Amino acid sequence: MTRLTLPVALRLLAIGGVLLVLSAVFAIAAGWLPPHRLRAATIVDALEAHDGRHPGFRRAHAKGLCIEGSFSSNGNGALLSKAGIFAKSDSPVIGRFSTGGGQPYAADGRLAFRSLALSLTQADGEQWRMALDDTPIFPVATPQAFVDFQRATTPDPKTGKPDPALVDTYMAEHPETRAFVRWQQDTPLSTSFANETFYSINAFRFIDDTGKTWMVRWSFEPETPFEAIDKATLGARPANFLFDDVIARLTRNPLRWHLIVTIAEPGDPTDDATTVWPANRNRVDVGTLAIDRALTEENGDCRSITFDPLILPSGIAPSDDPLLPARSGAYASSLARRDGEHGKPSALADDPEARRARP
Amino acid sequence: MTSPATRFPLAFRLLHWLMAICILAMLFIGVGMVSTVSEMRTWLIDLHKPLGILILCLAAIRLCIRLAYPAPALPADLPIPQRMAAHLSHLLLYVLMFALPIIGWAMLSAGGYPVQLFGTFVLPPIAPIDGPLFTFLRQAHTVLAMTLFAIILAHLGAALFHAWVRRDGVWQAMTLGHGQRRLPTSSTGYAP
Repeated sequence: MTRLTLPVALRLLAIGGVLLVLSAVFAIAAGWLPPHRLRAATIVDALEAHDGRHPGFRRAHAKGLCIEGSFSSNGNGALLSKAGIFAKSDSPVIGRFSTGGGQPYAADGRLAFRSLALSLTQADGEQWRMALDDTPIFPVATPQAFVDFQRATTPDPKTGKPDPALVDTYMAEHPETRAFVRWQQDTPLSTSFANETFYSINAFRFIDDTGKTWMVRWSFEPETPFEAIDKATLGARPANFLFDDVIARLTRNPLRWHLIVTIAEPGDPTDDATTVWPANRNRVDVGTLAIDRALTEENGDCRSITFDPLILPSGIAPSDDPLLPARSGAYASSLARRDGEHGKPSALADDPEARRARP
Repeated sequence: MTSPATRFPLAFRLLHWLMAICILAMLFIGVGMVSTVSEMRTWLIDLHKPLGILILCLAAIRLCIRLAYPAPALPADLPIPQRMAAHLSHLLLYVLMFALPIIGWAMLSAGGYPVQLFGTFVLPPIAPIDGPLFTFLRQAHTVLAMTLFAIILAHLGAALFHAWVRRDGVWQAMTLGHGQRRLPTSSTGYAP
């Protein structure tokens, strides 16, 4: 039917060219062509390779417990940020205690992160989410280093242990990770979630109502007095001793922490979570977190959300720390994977003590 | 001047090209933001959400105009398979223009993500917080976005075929200039 003449052929070629160029630009935008981009899925793949795939569970901090409570602002924070959370008021909080790693049935008696994740809801509905660790510093400064660290310490299937040569090579290139490991070994460890300080890890920007920006980090400091655990006895503790302890404490009394905002001075690094700021920085107590209830994950609301540190109310904004978008992306990727799986809802579902945490 | 039956109304043509830019930008932003964990990710996501809601609003206005003013008839000599392909692709384009922003909004709702557009302006959730629903909607959002890009390629290819090969006035029905709709003649080089 079509009479294919030379001009027509050229015009058809031109149409093909337009579509090809558009497709190529799309492929470039999607990162399907080199150079290589670090994707959220790559981070989660590295976590799965390190700790195995446990369907239905978070790919990091797999073992956890939902908590509920409230945050009472004392009004001091309003001088630093216009976020509604800092107006003198009470805001509802849901959250999660967890231990580091991707193995949901790992024993609590090990040198791993202990974490507090929170979602605070302002009166206007805006939310402030965060995932805090019990260390003021992080072992790596960049997402690529995180992936490299996971890969270097992934257990060899033959020995069940990481290849020491790979670990050494990694550590030689990353003195900051070496420093973190030393810090973790040398610093006293608390006996409980209840007497632990939790840190924001990354720096953030607070924006006050005059538009001024304050570079900050924050921590939650416990009212429960610190008590050190004998690290030599860690391995002999019951598998769920940390979670059982906090459940038992919450059946008696609420647990409280003070939100302490630390203000950077010019020159303090805001893009490097492996370094601490000098100890003499200004610290402001902006309010009290009271946790009054624990629920295992199949009963609580903490399971199907992420504690994405970039879910921030107006008045709080990310710093230039490259870990922040990576945390946000990896948490979303982990959520999409675990939500599509049918796994056990909670590592603590069969724990006798945790039954007391049911409503 | 052109008669009303041969071209779309001016407002509709303006909307078509404005939305073409928005939707293409949106597709590129979408695949770009999920491809990286650099700071571009945060920046692109903050652009993706309000742009998606803008497209949803524009699609609603566009549908109203489309329903009020019938589209110019396709050339009488257009073969039936091409005619059907045109109608089907246009229907799919309309469906996806609505479906993608709504699914994106519902996906964020199901994942417990606040749909923050700008400043303190937050849209209400349109789905309950539900894990499997989040995963399903996220996959649907991706698959439908890729489908939309494929249909846009076909749509553009067909439009250029009308403009450059058939030269039958279909392209001029949507252009912004004072393009007089040409009548199909046997001198087009594409003989039926």
